[in-house]
Amino acid sequence: MHRPKLNRAPDDADLAKVISQGIQPEMPGAWQLSPREVKSLVAYVRTLGSIPLEPLPGDPARGESLFKTKGCGACHMIRGQGSGYGPELTDIGSKRSAAFLRESLVAPEAVVPDDFVMVELVTASGTTIRGVRMNEDTFSIQIKEASGELHSYRKSVLKDLRKLRGKSPMPSYEGALKADEMNDLIAYLASLRGNS
Amino acid sequence: MKRSLLFLLATLATAQVRYERIANADSEPGNWLTYSRNLLGHRYSPLDQITPANVAGLKVKWAYQFPDTRNEVSPIVADGVMYITGPNSAAALDIHTGRPFWKWKRPVPSDYQSIGFGRVNRGPAILDDKLFVATLDCELVALDIKSGQERWSTKVADYKPGYSLTLAPLAIPGKVVVGVSGGEAGIRGFVDAYDAQTGKRAWRFWTIPGPGEPGHESWSGDAWKTGGGSTWVTGSYDPQLNLVYWGVGNPGPDWNGDDRPGDNLYTCSLVALDGSTGALRWHFQFTPHDTHDWDATHVPVLFEGEVRGRKRKLIGVANRNAFYYALDRETGEFVAGRAYAKQTWANGLDDRGRPMVVPGNEPSEEGKLVWPNLNGATVWFSPSYSPRTGLFYVAVREVGATYFKREAEFKPGTFFAGGGEQTLPSEDEWGAIRALEATTGRIEWEFRLKSAPWAGVLSTGGGLVFGGTNEGNFFALDAKSGKALWDFQTGGQVAANPIAFNIDGREHIAVSANRVLYVFGL
Repeated sequence: MHRPKLNRAPDDADLAKVISQGIQPEMPGAWQLSPREVKSLVAYVRTLGSIPLEPLPGDPARGESLFKTKGCGACHMIRGQGSGYGPELTDIGSKRSAAFLRESLVAPEAVVPDDFVMVELVTASGTTIRGVRMNEDTFSIQIKEASGELHSYRKSVLKDLRKLRGKSPMPSYEGALKADEMNDLIAYLASLRGNS
Repeated sequence: MKRSLLFLLATLATAQVRYERIANADSEPGNWLTYSRNLLGHRYSPLDQITPANVAGLKVKWAYQFPDTRNEVSPIVADGVMYITGPNSAAALDIHTGRPFWKWKRPVPSDYQSIGFGRVNRGPAILDDKLFVATLDCELVALDIKSGQERWSTKVADYKPGYSLTLAPLAIPGKVVVGVSGGEAGIRGFVDAYDAQTGKRAWRFWTIPGPGEPGHESWSGDAWKTGGGSTWVTGSYDPQLNLVYWGVGNPGPDWNGDDRPGDNLYTCSLVALDGSTGALRWHFQFTPHDTHDWDATHVPVLFEGEVRGRKRKLIGVANRNAFYYALDRETGEFVAGRAYAKQTWANGLDDRGRPMVVPGNEPSEEGKLVWPNLNGATVWFSPSYSPRTGLFYVAVREVGATYFKREAEFKPGTFFAGGGEQTLPSEDEWGAIRALEATTGRIEWEFRLKSAPWAGVLSTGGGLVFGGTNEGNFFALDAKSGKALWDFQTGGQVAANPIAFNIDGREHIAVSANRVLYVFGL
């Protein structure tokens, strides 16, 4: 049985808490719902399931080989192998459709989530650092470079801080992969359903 | 013998928080005896040991962990004891160590529901030998300040249709004033005063006038019966005028005004009530016929200001609808007003302070994008007024939302809202602390925050403004320039109002951040 993987709600009690209390500050709590209504909503969310397996034209085994040879692991981790710069892909096939995966490979910046922000900053000593924002508050910002190096800066000491919203460090693979290879890679990614 | 009698008398004297002590708060700046420190709603402390020159040395002195998350309490400090509350709970803490002298808790009934708000409590009130706590299930409880044991408990309303109490009560001479939450449940709101000694109700002011009462004509049919008008934020009090000033919430249903044509008095208004009888002296409506959930539930700030060469008793309100207003607090006359945050629903205010509404900004089936969002340009958390700078400090939310209208069917004890909103992506929202010239609302300076805040501000005689962020920062700004001078990462969302008080004659600052109360000192 496929169940959606909800990072903030591994079990029903946590999901009920997320629904009734929200996720501050971006998601308001559904305070209007009674405990009984929240319970019903939890049950409904659990029925939504994951992305079903769909017949795809590519060969997952060839796709896995391409993943390794085309350098995808330099940014992405699967079952503990690779780099953690980009999103973890161990169960990407249960979370994203084949169409979404194709768009991610062809036009990565078309599918950048709202809370994913690339940052370019200039330190007090004049060094330019570019990376992915890991966290931020009014006074500080935490980023990760492609090398995996983590940085935290007081904003007040930076010479410049630019947020590159809508930008992705991932290149487009359109043209870099033949049509068959693209199908193979998508078939491989769609087959990734977690560790089990 | 004589000496020990004197000592006993002195002890008894300090064990009682007489009304005169609250009314003369400035004579004992080391205490914090009412929600906003003074009855005028200033949330300003005259304490001046912590200054722009030394605030960088502020450190945590102690911390207290609440049993629950999301604490919004503004503590009371009296005679070496800090009194705090949570939902249906209270405690008295030693101000030197944070260790509790006593704790009090009352179970929340299993069938209680918070319809349209969080399970929070924003603080206690103190008067004579009693601490007053308002509970989620609508009890006003008087606790003995020495033991935490109940002196009396009075049922303010039935919680089952959606009434609730989340606010800090306000102590005025001989009485304790409370207001209700529940504006999203089709309640009929009111402001109540109770005899502080007995718990007997002294007066009630219904915020939605009934048949035959002035203002009833601003409703249609039976819409007044479910008209909302909650009163969930603590008001202010002018001892000379004996007037209680209280903000009134939105009309119901929130986002669908089809069945309630008219101005819907006294929703989204400020009302001035006689402290002895509860009789309405005047009202001022900020948002007639509101359809965006812009409650006028704010702490009213009373101050003296010069208007066209004449000294006047004024009242300042930074409203959820994104306009700042200065009113004459004797008459309710509009004196000045202007937008203090982004808004797209009105072309300003006319010469009587009524908004010149831009047509077409009502919620709709397909959705209409409007600034500010339903939580407003500011909301329940307190502003601060410094008599030293003459500035009105306010935490501002810059958030737009698409408002939707839906059918609304009234069933007691359920959500009666008629729609909702979808806010813009979180990266498009931001916040600020703004300093407004109090008599005009002109923006003097701004300090930007990463996201739209949920915490109030405190200004001090030392020339500082303290505030907090969703991301856990607690910070101090220069009150004159807005320059950031100190900040501390608390580890939890700051969604509370800070206070200042003395420990052994030394100034300290306290604020809650999620489930921890921090006390800072030099």
